[in-house]
Amino acid sequence: MAGKSESVGRTLLVALLVCLVCAVVVSTAAVSLRPVQQKNQVLDRQVNILQAAGLYQPGMDVQKAFDTIERKFVDLETGEYVDKPESYDPLKAAKDPAESERLSADQDIASIKRQEKVSEVYLARDDNGNLSRIILPVRGYGLWSTLYGFLALEADAETVSGLGFYQHGETPGLGGEVDNPAWKGLWPGKKLHDDSGDVAIQVVKGTVDSGAAGAEHKVDGLAGATLTSKGVNNLVRFWVGEDGFGPYLDRMKGADDGAGSAAVEADNGGEA
Amino acid sequence: MAEKTKDILFGPIFDNNPIALQILGICSALAVTSNLNTTLTMCIALTAVTAFSNFFVSCIRNQIPGSIRMIVQMTIIASLVIVVDQFLRAYAYSISKQLSVFVGLIITNCIVMGRVEAFAMKNPPIPSFLDGVGNGLGYSVILLGLGFTRELLGSGSLFGYQILERTVDGGWYNTNGLMLLPPSAFFLIGLFIWAIRAWKPEQVEEDVFKMKPHTRTSDAF
Repeated sequence: MAGKSESVGRTLLVALLVCLVCAVVVSTAAVSLRPVQQKNQVLDRQVNILQAAGLYQPGMDVQKAFDTIERKFVDLETGEYVDKPESYDPLKAAKDPAESERLSADQDIASIKRQEKVSEVYLARDDNGNLSRIILPVRGYGLWSTLYGFLALEADAETVSGLGFYQHGETPGLGGEVDNPAWKGLWPGKKLHDDSGDVAIQVVKGTVDSGAAGAEHKVDGLAGATLTSKGVNNLVRFWVGEDGFGPYLDRMKGADDGAGSAAVEADNGGEA
Repeated sequence: MAEKTKDILFGPIFDNNPIALQILGICSALAVTSNLNTTLTMCIALTAVTAFSNFFVSCIRNQIPGSIRMIVQMTIIASLVIVVDQFLRAYAYSISKQLSVFVGLIITNCIVMGRVEAFAMKNPPIPSFLDGVGNGLGYSVILLGLGFTRELLGSGSLFGYQILERTVDGGWYNTNGLMLLPPSAFFLIGLFIWAIRAWKPEQVEEDVFKMKPHTRTSDAF
């Protein structure tokens, strides 16, 4: 028996057949389950937006809650709204040379390499139709992976109301603690800029002394995850800074809530 | 025969437990047991993979050439793990996100490879399948024990339902943060092994070497 099943031809045949069968099984599973998975991803993304905005309650109808949230596209350089088809994906655009720019090393503190020219924002309104949250997509490199998430700001475009990541590959238990609700709970209420208007928000090593000066700009780092904390620090500072949503936030600050953003829209309409 | 089937299926739970006696699969036992939801999902996933990889390898065990047998086993195991991972992503998305890499790492879980190589290569498909289920159950018993203890003491909850009122919520239970960190699983596994070996002394291994008695001060001078 040994002689028969050990010949070279037979070995190759068995290897080939095993690979073929396994490949068919794996690809069938992957292809047939993809629609359900994609639906999950969209739902997960919406839940994350709602969570970052502090609007999420377990068991709620996400689809319905999401109807009150408006998606808009922002030209990052000017900070103005622009029109894009609903299918526009900023992450795809960031890979397309025509729709993105290469960042120079000193600009690229979040290590994202290419940045899209037009990104998206989500505007949440309260029951009276007033702007309640501005939700910005953020991303940047941590220790092992790019972290993708959302930063939610109050209507004043200055106070943080939440930060949440929907995709990352940091070490579970260490850097993975960016998902820890206790740590995420440290963000609301922090201010982005200091009195002179510079970006001041930062993640610091250790624990923030709440009495010390500048505590309203500082968030505790994650214990045992220095590089992930640094990554989060860099990505938040990058996206609220001059190269990120800075110009847009300046505009939103000038404009006062609902009426103001309507003015920005009208502005944009004039140009288009 | 009935007796033998029972042995194959239930033997690995206490008499030949993959974690407590064979000391396999420790990595995931530390990583996924900080709450019961992920623990249970991991147990089901691992049991399914062990059972089916045993079954399929056993089906073709007489056709596999000895020179590539490991690779063939790995291919089958890896394919099953991918299928399980795809299913989790489709039907248990949030849990599959929490389990992250550990579902993929079932491929390298020594229990799967160990059972395929030690049992399925020498036995017919049905007993092999049962052996896989049995070892999955053995793994699950320890993991669920860990998950139960860690979640209850670490978060005061079970399956996410609050059992002990935590001090941060105004209750009386001060949570034990160590229980949420992987090292606590080491201590707990140690305690489990101690308990099982106290109950079944035949599992106690013989000393590899004998320690010398302590030198008394009076002997030294």
